[in-house]
Amino acid sequence: MQTNSPPLLEMRNIKKDFFGNQVLTDINLTLHEGEVLGLCGENGAGKSTLMKILFGMDVIRETGGYEGEILLDGKPVSFSTPFEALEAGIGMVHQEFSLIPGFTAAENIVLNREPKKRNIFSEVFGERLDTLDYNEITGRAEAAIDKMGFHIEKNMRISDMPVGHKQFTEIARELSKENLKLLILDEPTAVLTEKEAEALLRSIRSMSEKGIAVIFITHRLHEILSVCDKVVVMRDGFVVSDVPAAETTVNEISKWMVGRNVSSADSRDIRDTSGSRTILSIRRLWVDMPGETVRDVSLDVREGEILGIGGLAGQGKLGIPNGIMGLYEAGGTVELDGKPIPLNAPRKCLDASLAFVSEDRRGVGLLLDETLEWNIAFPAMQVQNKFLRSYLGGLVKWRDEKGIREVTERYIDELAIKCTGSKQKARELSGGNQQKICLAKAFALEPKFLFVSEPTRGIDIGAKALVLNALKKFNRESGVTVVMISSELEELRQICDRIAIVSGGKIAGIRPASDPSEEFGMLMVSMVK
Amino acid sequence: MKNESFGKKILNFIGNNSVPILFVLICVICIPISGFSASYLINEIVTRMGRNIFLILCLLIPIMAGMGLNFGMTLGAMAAELALILVSDWQIWGIPGIVLAMILSIPFSIVLGTFCGKILNMAKGREMITSYIISFFMNGIYQLIVLYMMGPIIPIKHSNVKLPRGYGIRNSVDLIHMRQYLDNLIAVRIGGVKIPVLTFLIIGVLCLFIIWFRKTKLGQDMRAVGQDMNVARDAGINVERTRIISIVMSTVLAGFGMVIYLQNMGNIATYSSHSQIGMFCIAALLVGGASVDRASIGNVFLGVILFHTMFIVAPKAGAMITGDSMIGEYFRVFISYGVITLSLILYETKKRKSKSLVGQQLAQAQKDEEEKA
Repeated sequence: MQTNSPPLLEMRNIKKDFFGNQVLTDINLTLHEGEVLGLCGENGAGKSTLMKILFGMDVIRETGGYEGEILLDGKPVSFSTPFEALEAGIGMVHQEFSLIPGFTAAENIVLNREPKKRNIFSEVFGERLDTLDYNEITGRAEAAIDKMGFHIEKNMRISDMPVGHKQFTEIARELSKENLKLLILDEPTAVLTEKEAEALLRSIRSMSEKGIAVIFITHRLHEILSVCDKVVVMRDGFVVSDVPAAETTVNEISKWMVGRNVSSADSRDIRDTSGSRTILSIRRLWVDMPGETVRDVSLDVREGEILGIGGLAGQGKLGIPNGIMGLYEAGGTVELDGKPIPLNAPRKCLDASLAFVSEDRRGVGLLLDETLEWNIAFPAMQVQNKFLRSYLGGLVKWRDEKGIREVTERYIDELAIKCTGSKQKARELSGGNQQKICLAKAFALEPKFLFVSEPTRGIDIGAKALVLNALKKFNRESGVTVVMISSELEELRQICDRIAIVSGGKIAGIRPASDPSEEFGMLMVSMVK
Repeated sequence: MKNESFGKKILNFIGNNSVPILFVLICVICIPISGFSASYLINEIVTRMGRNIFLILCLLIPIMAGMGLNFGMTLGAMAAELALILVSDWQIWGIPGIVLAMILSIPFSIVLGTFCGKILNMAKGREMITSYIISFFMNGIYQLIVLYMMGPIIPIKHSNVKLPRGYGIRNSVDLIHMRQYLDNLIAVRIGGVKIPVLTFLIIGVLCLFIIWFRKTKLGQDMRAVGQDMNVARDAGINVERTRIISIVMSTVLAGFGMVIYLQNMGNIATYSSHSQIGMFCIAALLVGGASVDRASIGNVFLGVILFHTMFIVAPKAGAMITGDSMIGEYFRVFISYGVITLSLILYETKKRKSKSLVGQQLAQAQKDEEEKA
């Protein structure tokens, strides 16, 4: 490492909050020319936010900017758009592809930086009528592909390419920018086959030899150890460790990632449910949920337990409830109480007394412009004819306004929902209180079985505890079986009896919640695809 | 095995080109029934090609920019009509009149096109219906200008243009001194078929322009914007501006196209010429095998030939079969709307199919694994 030259990149005391929710606290990072930094951490640890700050993404500015200082080549910088970051020599390959499907690899590599030739029309009407110089385009694309060291067909259309080659096209595009000094790769190997991933690691090494610094974000920890100079592990918005890669192991990193905080373990009351009968049995389930694909999942849920489903982002844990509830296309068999549940038919699931609290609470979970009363009573009204009064022998049904108000007020009380009254609009509540409404809605259905997906995402610690307690109480008092999906292992360990870890779209293992977090950490990264 | 894959290929071909194939079938059945002579048919089709192709070609540019089948061209048609009304009132006839009308339509087209483009930028993904409604709205303004402003505000002198009440424009403006001047300037007769060489030359130049345009920076940007707006924006392309430019180009070209169309017809139906033109051009393009997101020059030519053959043949064939000529008339209107509906439905089904493909692949992969084990 060249410690005597000034660092290429230095981030000092970076802080960021989203509307009072602290997501980054005092982050310090340094990176030298040609150095490869491995950045890892669980979902929500703050990696992406940190990279967004560095890359000057709009979302940061729109949410009130950040605190702290970024120095590039010793000079303080602050990018207000990604284009300024690009100008300064920072390139980023995002998780989602940013490619034009109908263009060839070469056209994508030089997108909007195409070499051009003047002609008569462009002299008159301006340079946008310059003709493209196709020879030069191929030349530049070739040079970038050579630099990358992994061969892709430059004249192949993106839509015809295997997914791994798309990823390499993105990398080649960044490399074709001449002033590139720092390249951020956000989980680039997630979509690659093993061979391609190896090739990528080789090309990262060759970039580093050419003096390009790389920030490499990945869940595949062995990759970090094999290619990075140093490892930075983040958790809950803090940097928990910053060590040379040579001095650590996969075990150690996964321990850092999930945290070693076991103090709360004592207060938990984990029940052994091995004697209970199976209430929900899932066999060979696949779900086509974009970004959360589920492959061949078989799982038994025991009556009366709280089963946690954990795993890293994009590994398929969200796909399981969304697939079973019929929100995304799915196949396989699901049986509740021995009776098969038809897939791809949400109404049938609800009729079978399954309920689902979606992770997408603003999109799927709430009627934002309606009152709390409506939000809580609506599904029960629709699905079970509750809160309805029949007149004329069922010909006319009227809402039972009084009943609706009573139940709403009961839940507002029980869940300590902060609002001005049962007639307030759902949109006006804070994230945490909206989440409680979603729960109340599901509780009002009085289901036999409840899926809760990411119930604590984006809400503060106080609200978190309340939501988790409400869930636990609901489970214990009504005997409802709960399956909770969460990216935060610690909260799963707090309230679940057993935890299943999903990795690479499959169940990597099921352990009692009392097992140490390292065990779960290892399962999380075991089959990452 | 080989035969099977060949059969599959044929099925695929039919699936991908169902609309043009359907029309070929209709034409093949109707031509002998109608009893028209070959030379009459060819003559008619060549005339209509000269009349229409330019107009349809200008639909290609918005499609390239991902704005779908765009009724923005109706605005260009209105611009051309305004220009032609003024030119005929000034009594500038012949080729100079045609050229002047084209030039005069440019500013009108640019204003209307910019307006349309700005609104379509607020309605991304719903361009087709939005542009259709804009064309209705603009039709109202056009009528306001033509009915009430032409006369008192915009001076109109000649009584053969003006309504007898003293202001407003007649239902039909005669272009007798312009009629087919462009078509006849260099016309060649081959075996009784009149070929308007100059018109075809102009169409050829436009085709070459479109091919060349695809290779310019602006063309490349339009294609990028058309395929993925967000990616294009991330790459630094000014998406909104590019889309507006594409609509303005289309409108201006549509203005030229409408002048060509009307000089061939020989009169302007002041209040209706433009209202049907968008629908028929889009129908013709779809008949040629284009879809909402893909269209080529080949589609335009094929579409015009098939659509107009049907147009010429169907009423006569209908009259022959049923003895009622109204039936044929009814059919050609019904079919042109039907084609648009059918192609849009096919386009949606195809999109759905490719979406559920992922699911099938997942199920298949699971099955394969099972068989292995």
